[in-house]
Amino acid sequence: MQKQLREMEAGILEKLKSVSAMEELNEIRVRFLGKKGELTGVLRGMGALSPEERPVIGQLANEVRARVESELEKRLSELKAMARNARLARENIDVTLPGTVFDTGGLHPLTTVSRQIEDIFIGLGFSVAEGPEIELDYYNFEALNLPKDHPARDMQDTFFIGPEVLLRTHTSPVQVRTMERTAPGLPVKIIAPGKVYRRDDDATHSPMFHQVEGLAIGSRITFGDLKGVLQVFARQMFGPETKTKFRPSFFPFTEPSAEVDISCGMCGGKGCRVCSHTGWLEILGCGMVHPRVLEMSGYNPEEVTGFAFGMGVERIALLKYDIDDMRLLFDNDMRFLEQF
Amino acid sequence: MRVSYKWLKDYVDVTVSPGELADRLTLSGIAVEGVHELGAGIERVFTGKILNIEPHPNADRLTVCAVTTGGPENLQIVTGATNIRAGDVVPVAVEGARLAAGLVIKKSKLRGVESRGMLCSGQELGLDPKTMPADQAHGIMILPPETPLGLDIKPVIGLDDAILELDLTPNRGDAMSMVGVAREVAALLGQKLRLPDIDVDETGDGIEGRVKIDIKDTELCRRYVAKLFTGIKVGPSPGWMQERLRAAGVRPISNIVDITNYVMMELGQPLHAFDYDTLKDGRIIVRRAGEGEVLVSLDGVERRLNGDMLVIADPGGPVAVAGVMGGLATEVTENTRNVLLESAWFNPISIRKTSRVLGLRSESSSRFEKGIDLTGCLRAARRAASLLAEMGAGQVASGAVDNYPAPHVPKTIILRPDRIEHLVGTAVDSDACREILTALEFGVQKNHQGLMVTVPGHRPDVSLEVDLIEEVARMHGYDRVPTTLPYGPTTQGARTREQSLAMKVKDTMASLGFREVITYSFTSQEVFNKVNLAPESPLRNVLALQNPLSEEHSVMRTVMLPGLLEVLRRNANRRVTSLSIFELGKVYLSRGDAPLPEEKQVLSAAAMGGTSRGWNKPSLEKDFYYMKGVLESLLAQAGISGTSFEPFKDDPSYHPGRAARLTAGEQLLGVLGEVHPDVVENYELPGRVVAMEIDFGIMASLAGKAGKYRQIPRFPGIERDLAVVVELQVPVREIIGVVKKSGGNLLRRVELFDVYQGEQVQQGFQSLAFSLTFRAEDRTLTDDEAAGLINTIRENLAKKFGAQLRS
Ligand SMILES: [Zn+2]
Repeated sequence: MQKQLREMEAGILEKLKSVSAMEELNEIRVRFLGKKGELTGVLRGMGALSPEERPVIGQLANEVRARVESELEKRLSELKAMARNARLARENIDVTLPGTVFDTGGLHPLTTVSRQIEDIFIGLGFSVAEGPEIELDYYNFEALNLPKDHPARDMQDTFFIGPEVLLRTHTSPVQVRTMERTAPGLPVKIIAPGKVYRRDDDATHSPMFHQVEGLAIGSRITFGDLKGVLQVFARQMFGPETKTKFRPSFFPFTEPSAEVDISCGMCGGKGCRVCSHTGWLEILGCGMVHPRVLEMSGYNPEEVTGFAFGMGVERIALLKYDIDDMRLLFDNDMRFLEQF
Repeated sequence: MRVSYKWLKDYVDVTVSPGELADRLTLSGIAVEGVHELGAGIERVFTGKILNIEPHPNADRLTVCAVTTGGPENLQIVTGATNIRAGDVVPVAVEGARLAAGLVIKKSKLRGVESRGMLCSGQELGLDPKTMPADQAHGIMILPPETPLGLDIKPVIGLDDAILELDLTPNRGDAMSMVGVAREVAALLGQKLRLPDIDVDETGDGIEGRVKIDIKDTELCRRYVAKLFTGIKVGPSPGWMQERLRAAGVRPISNIVDITNYVMMELGQPLHAFDYDTLKDGRIIVRRAGEGEVLVSLDGVERRLNGDMLVIADPGGPVAVAGVMGGLATEVTENTRNVLLESAWFNPISIRKTSRVLGLRSESSSRFEKGIDLTGCLRAARRAASLLAEMGAGQVASGAVDNYPAPHVPKTIILRPDRIEHLVGTAVDSDACREILTALEFGVQKNHQGLMVTVPGHRPDVSLEVDLIEEVARMHGYDRVPTTLPYGPTTQGARTREQSLAMKVKDTMASLGFREVITYSFTSQEVFNKVNLAPESPLRNVLALQNPLSEEHSVMRTVMLPGLLEVLRRNANRRVTSLSIFELGKVYLSRGDAPLPEEKQVLSAAAMGGTSRGWNKPSLEKDFYYMKGVLESLLAQAGISGTSFEPFKDDPSYHPGRAARLTAGEQLLGVLGEVHPDVVENYELPGRVVAMEIDFGIMASLAGKAGKYRQIPRFPGIERDLAVVVELQVPVREIIGVVKKSGGNLLRRVELFDVYQGEQVQQGFQSLAFSLTFRAEDRTLTDDEAAGLINTIRENLAKKFGAQLRS
């Protein structure tokens, strides 16, 4: 019987070597180890053995079973690995084929730049306000200290809808509308992005363009604060190395007034085509809110002060992306827009 | 305004270079746009005399000149110039010379004749032809005959100078003069201002009885000074004066005219010279023009005047448009013997309006517009007289007529130095303030309130304390103001809910493959026809611009679609025929009598062509369902539910069978659909176009706030497919309605995954395949329960629509 067991074992182990499919392996397991399997058959015959032989054969049978089982397992995992490898080999693809195509859209560069500007000022505690594009003369001019015959009205060539109704020439009317609403409450900190209109059309002017206006009113706001806020803005917008320069200027609605230059990022201030070889780029106008403007909007200029600034979004977009013709921004040529 | 660096030195010691001066001026409020070094690059050009001119042997248009520059040897120079005569002194570029445009002069042969240099025009030396005497503008520059020979040309004609180009703000009329700029420079550099000499040797008889000035409108003319010059010899002005006028960009004309221009440039007071003998009775009447009155101006043009314009008249009629342009009949000519000189103050607003209406802007009008020094009229007239006498161009009648009904009362303003710190953020003590203001010729006295400041006549722009604070701040230096951040309670910066939604909507559109465009808010009436609007459509009720740039941009848009179609058209012309675009913009709707119109934000989108195609993915046509899917994604992103799409045949811009309106209850959110084939044709587009226009305001009002978390289902759902065949005319939405109703609240999701019409299905019918998900909140559903529900659904569909089932 020992011999029979050993032969059986040898036979099975031999067979296992040539097995190449997992089903065969299962068959062998059943034929040998199953309830009606060969090994079980052999063990059934143990009743005929002598009591001395029984434990010997029993132990041998268990050993054979263990060995066969372990060989089966080993063979099984070998076969699994072979099958997996075969599958991987079969499933080889050309990774250099292009990926699945998706339609990609995008935002207009002016939207992107506007958002950047807004986000910087939101971080500085300013809220975003809006106002009508078709405005009353009063809000666009008069309440900003530009009475009917003021020569500075010529600085902004205006589209008129009616004698008192016009397309706003700047976002400054939002200042007035905001102050009228908030007066005499403090503090006021808003920025007002939006479309504005002037009768100009060439490579550097568009009859419709975008501005962002800023206004801060408080009990202790100074020109120094204006410098500080705009310096933070310039550094965040154009990079930490950016320098700012404040030049005295004139706007009817601010006093003192200033124009702000930033150091040219293209040449680092050495002078180049973009900055007309001056090293500086003009980016915005600003100043302390004129006492008459405060007064007209319901604030007492003896008690509160404030600053205001306004910048052209197109100007900043042109600088940021080195675009040389403003008309490209409104041409909506996909070959242009796709670059953003 | 052009400022000659050399001329400026007459009035102030300039201790810095032109470049540095430009920087200092710019940083204190007089913006210098550019500094032009005259004569830069010009070398080896000398004064020379033409000794002899002979015809060129081989060329009719050339002549051969013998020229001396004072050296031992004469130069033979061939020229094409025609304005020269033997004996003229001219600029001569000798061999090796360099001219303005970088031209280098070499010995050469011209049609066989040797030429050893070149006779120069003003332009070749960098001068503007507009500033050259008319006869020399395009020919050789002729120098005064007494000019010594062999001199470097640059100092002789004023090319050893730099011009500062000023870009003045409208409030600084005072800086439109050499003395005004010198005053700023003196204050900046801590130097003394030297005013020009106005002492006049008045040798003529008195003006009394010979000139009478009558001001009828003292609002528009607050002062009129007249001086009389007699025994005038009209001729060219001296070289030094011509040189300065040239530097200032003014063409020399004659001694009398040049004096008026010179004084205007020097003092900022425009002057006008009349031929006294052409004025009736020596009388000047300053009055408003009669409506329709006519004057032939200096340039020979007949000007029709109106009652808002101020004229200078004599008893016979107008002789000049005050401050804007003189009349031809009273012009100073070479025959003029006596001159009446006007030095007056005219109302800035009136001058501005008049010059606009007449389309005439001059050096004079631009100064009057900004407001000149009321106290300076007499001084300027005397300065002109002194120059006339100095030049020996005539006699000055003694005295002046000075009609000055309401003399200037200087403004006095209190300046509190602590207000400077309060507003500017840095302290400037009262001594420093006094120093700054005094240097600018403000009168300053201390009192208990602060500084009592008297505003000088040349600064009509200063009227408030804050104006003085600006004067102090700009001269103190903006760069010396410390940079700070606002003090006070922290404020929270934010966007409104609507602004945030606008961002989200744009981002969503972009992620769905749409590119944002920005089109003009103005359009033309013509587009309404192009998009098929009915003649009586209220959308044709536009707000029109009174002064549009062009017909194409003459009315405010009331619809977004034309702008988008125009973008498609332009891109199609550039062979970009597959694209998806969107714009979140405003339309402007008249509100009848309300002062301002309604500005409605509209989310609009248009698409044509197909989706991108790849080797593993076909292109899908951008059809109605593409746009609908985009809109549905957008609504989901915005948290808007409870909307419905309904067939919509009433928008003539859209295909009647392929358009839908989107409603939420009673509210109309917008329209989407295929653009009407006529409209597509009107825009010459290459294929079908789909579009949508959604009212953003309503969308925002419906948009969900941040939703609360809902528990993730705890029990598994059961999915079953259901296919039915129904008549084509039954809208799918109704079938889904019955499915949902029959499924009750255990039916969680209905997804239509196939629509089939064709061979397998009877004509006039279609097969719809749904995937249904059933789920209960409190237990695991059994297959039997699901089967029961499916049965109910089937029965109801059969009952309602006679639907046949497919397995
Ligand atoms: Zn640069």
